[in-house]
Amino acid sequence: MLSAIQPTSSWYLILAAVLFGIGAFGVMVRRNPLVMFMCIELMLNAVNLTFVTLATALSNINGQVVVFFVMVVAAAEVVVGLGIIVAIMRRRNGITADDLSALKG
Amino acid sequence: MELFVFVIAAAMVLGGAIGVITRSNPVHAALSLVLTLFGIAVMFVSHDAQFLAAVQVIVYAGAIVVLFLFVIMLLGVDRTEDVNIEPITVQRPLALIVSVGVIGIVIAAVVSSREILGRQLGGLDQATLSGPDANIRQLAREIFGNNVFAFELTSVLLLVAVVGTVLMARRVKSTGAGK
Repeated sequence: MLSAIQPTSSWYLILAAVLFGIGAFGVMVRRNPLVMFMCIELMLNAVNLTFVTLATALSNINGQVVVFFVMVVAAAEVVVGLGIIVAIMRRRNGITADDLSALKG
Repeated sequence: MELFVFVIAAAMVLGGAIGVITRSNPVHAALSLVLTLFGIAVMFVSHDAQFLAAVQVIVYAGAIVVLFLFVIMLLGVDRTEDVNIEPITVQRPLALIVSVGVIGIVIAAVVSSREILGRQLGGLDQATLSGPDANIRQLAREIFGNNVFAFELTSVLLLVAVVGTVLMARRVKSTGAGK
């Protein structure tokens, strides 16, 4: 009975949408730059899940190729972003994004 | 069976995501992120993307999260952040409205196109999908065939990122000339 229900592609896409929304909420609400980066990773993973789901649903391997490139770019992005955070945080005491208000008018 | 896997993996993904945005300690948030990444890897396996699942675990859980933890400990920011401070007055309700709106728009798009997507998972091209390494062979043919230029470009991108990060994070000596 219960095992007769098969999850379709729509289930995975809706899950990815919810994951993206949670990540976007985190970026807008959290104040620690490291946690904001983690929320960006959540959003990237949601998009990756969408790509893989559609690659399977449409029988096209190109979706998985795009995910491969997204992973490479995400790794590079995290390395550069964390480098910037380390360079900024060494000179300041605060740990939240609100403390970086030097450019405030 | 597939339903069972989906429910477990979805619980992992959503639980980890909620943990990332609610935990006040950054170390706990990073560990919740690992939970989410493993859930996504399980979903990749159930979509016949075994290679990407392995890369997901190795690159994300193995490298990126470890990098996060290194930076957290290097900077000593593993102090608890007070999550009750709301810097702008209506920031949280507005963020909630925006993110729920995004979710709603995407779900509406998925529901309106469910005729195409509602079929059972068809799997990838069945002609070449035989043998234990079929997914890797398909991916390799595509990456090193049609996308070889983009592949080479990503290697340049990684090199630039590494050099730039070393240059940025290096500790400049205070006795350096002119600096």
